[in-house]
Amino acid sequence: MTDLSKRRLLHWAGITTLAATAALVGCGKKEEPKPTAAAPAASAAAPKPAPLKVAFVYVGPVGDAGWTFAHDQGRKALEAEYGDRIATTFVEKVPEGADAERVIRDLAAQGNKIIFATSFGFMEPMLKVAAEFPDVKFEHATGYKTAPNMRIYDAKFYEDAYLAGVLAGKMTKSNTLGFVASFPIPEVLRNINAYTLGAQSVNPKVKTRVVWVNTWFDPPKESDAAQSLINGGADVLLQNTDSTAVLQTAEKNGKYAFGWDSDMSAVAPKAHLASCVVDWSPYYKKAVKDVMDGSWKTERTVWGVKEGQNSLAKIADFVPEDAKKKVDEVKDGMKAGSFEVFTGPLLDNTGKERLAKGVQADQSWKDKVDFYVKGVEGKIPSGN
Amino acid sequence: MNEIALLVAATLASGTPLALAGLGLLLNEKAGVLNLGAEGIMLVAAIAGFAAAFTTGSDTLAFAAGALAGGLLAAAFGGLVIWLNTNQYATGLAVSLFGYGFSAFVGVGYVGKKLAESSPFEVPLLADIPFLGPALFKHHPMVYLTIALALAIVWFLYRSRAGLVLRAIGEAPESAHALGYRVRWVRLAAVVAGGALCGVAGAFLSVVYAPLWVEGLVAGRGWIALALTTFATWRPLRVLLGAYLFGGVTMLQFALQGAGVNVASQLLAMLPYLATIVVLALISRNPAWIRINMPASLGKPFHPG
Repeated sequence: MTDLSKRRLLHWAGITTLAATAALVGCGKKEEPKPTAAAPAASAAAPKPAPLKVAFVYVGPVGDAGWTFAHDQGRKALEAEYGDRIATTFVEKVPEGADAERVIRDLAAQGNKIIFATSFGFMEPMLKVAAEFPDVKFEHATGYKTAPNMRIYDAKFYEDAYLAGVLAGKMTKSNTLGFVASFPIPEVLRNINAYTLGAQSVNPKVKTRVVWVNTWFDPPKESDAAQSLINGGADVLLQNTDSTAVLQTAEKNGKYAFGWDSDMSAVAPKAHLASCVVDWSPYYKKAVKDVMDGSWKTERTVWGVKEGQNSLAKIADFVPEDAKKKVDEVKDGMKAGSFEVFTGPLLDNTGKERLAKGVQADQSWKDKVDFYVKGVEGKIPSGN
Repeated sequence: MNEIALLVAATLASGTPLALAGLGLLLNEKAGVLNLGAEGIMLVAAIAGFAAAFTTGSDTLAFAAGALAGGLLAAAFGGLVIWLNTNQYATGLAVSLFGYGFSAFVGVGYVGKKLAESSPFEVPLLADIPFLGPALFKHHPMVYLTIALALAIVWFLYRSRAGLVLRAIGEAPESAHALGYRVRWVRLAAVVAGGALCGVAGAFLSVVYAPLWVEGLVAGRGWIALALTTFATWRPLRVLLGAYLFGGVTMLQFALQGAGVNVASQLLAMLPYLATIVVLALISRNPAWIRINMPASLGKPFHPG
């Protein structure tokens, strides 16, 4: 073997290794195969109609034990409900941006009839693809833009946060609560405010301290933020970041905290007061049914405790009875529709009135929350 | 006062994984090999360490598993770049991507699992001193070992014969080869040692610091460690300083936010990067100093004969 050809061989060996690595990394896309899933063309001869193809686009890994995990539980519930009448696919870890558009277009082109995109940043890409595939139904979680074949759905996380606040107000000894917050958007501000209002409903002395981590997911950083809140005197923590780090930091320090998005009781048995869980399956079942019976129309759906989409699960045994009773009372009010978290008189933390006495907040008010309620310390970080 | 002590304590803990990884990378860079795979190596080691701690309940075995996993992956990287002379930048990036995917793949079963509680460590007697006790003497032993390691690396690189050989190979591999030193094997040893230290850093994150496993747990700390070695101009004690500075400013900005200081959190979030770069750039501002310390053959392949 000449020196040149030996070098070329090594060169190719290196490239092959790289390509193999890239291929291994690139296989983020997983199909949940239905072995009998027939191509649409074959359906004429088949005794059964071809299954309705349903696709999901996830921003995180299904193994995140939080946001994406909860959506994937919803997908599994769909399969359990409709069996071989549907075939589901999902693509996980899709970045919010140019790649999302390609992924959604691919899914539409593959014959999926309804596509769920489960993160805010998928809104614009989905809107673009929706215009190209008028006979496919598009569903976008947590957004605000719609089209004739694209609609939006959301959950009332702040109802969970309020219920958590009730427990926090009862359990705190320092009267200082902590919140590890991701980004200053209305969704997150509603949660901080609801948490504080819930606590104040049972303990007027409560104040809330907020630390912004500017990420949805960075466990060591979430843990750092929780630690600094605890160092500053907070003893019951809530977060709307996606990992279990805050809960575990509370456990290490002998403080209390909550699970978020899914049941996290197992990771911190002593610190875990309850988990704010979201169950997307009621909506997913309804959406698929709408497509099947042809009643699908553009609308906005925001469900909460009343519809079984949100709930405060796994309340710890050591929580005193009166606190549990109070939570049940509020929960019943939410279910009956008689209780609204944001009801006037409501002051922000500069003393300005945001809701007059007796007024219940409507959807457009909730969409524009840009303040802390009285009792939250500090100022919301702004871009300027 | 108490809050300041806790801030100091948090600084030491959050700087430790950066310092460990930074010191490891410094070793293999001093031998002339740039390993951009640090992030992936830390991730693979983090899951290996977590799995070991979960199965055996032993921190020591967890660190050993992390070091072993990090060392093995680094050895594969070393084999590619040192013997096959693949491009160090591309291979390092591939290792990073591979580590991310591979750790997520093997770690699926460990998401949301809880480690057995370990009793908190404290230095006898010293831990009872007011202020200094909670600030300095209630840490995991790895925090102290990291400081000892930095001093050991200073001694090794600048006072021992083996360290001199290592630096010579990083400066002028052809000359070292002509003198009869086995350039490739020394480089491989340095790369494996560096990977093992990155591995210990990864295990520290998943077993002691977080302590949990989720996909992408390391969240960019491998890249920060890489940047630290450069900004510290390849001096071990400056890597240590930079790591604590980065950890300290991170914790400080959280403490400020928690106290309700009215500064945009996005600005505060930028501070650790800014402060570390400014301070290290200031103490290393002499260009001649950088030239002397930067391994001349860094990132370049070596062909014997």
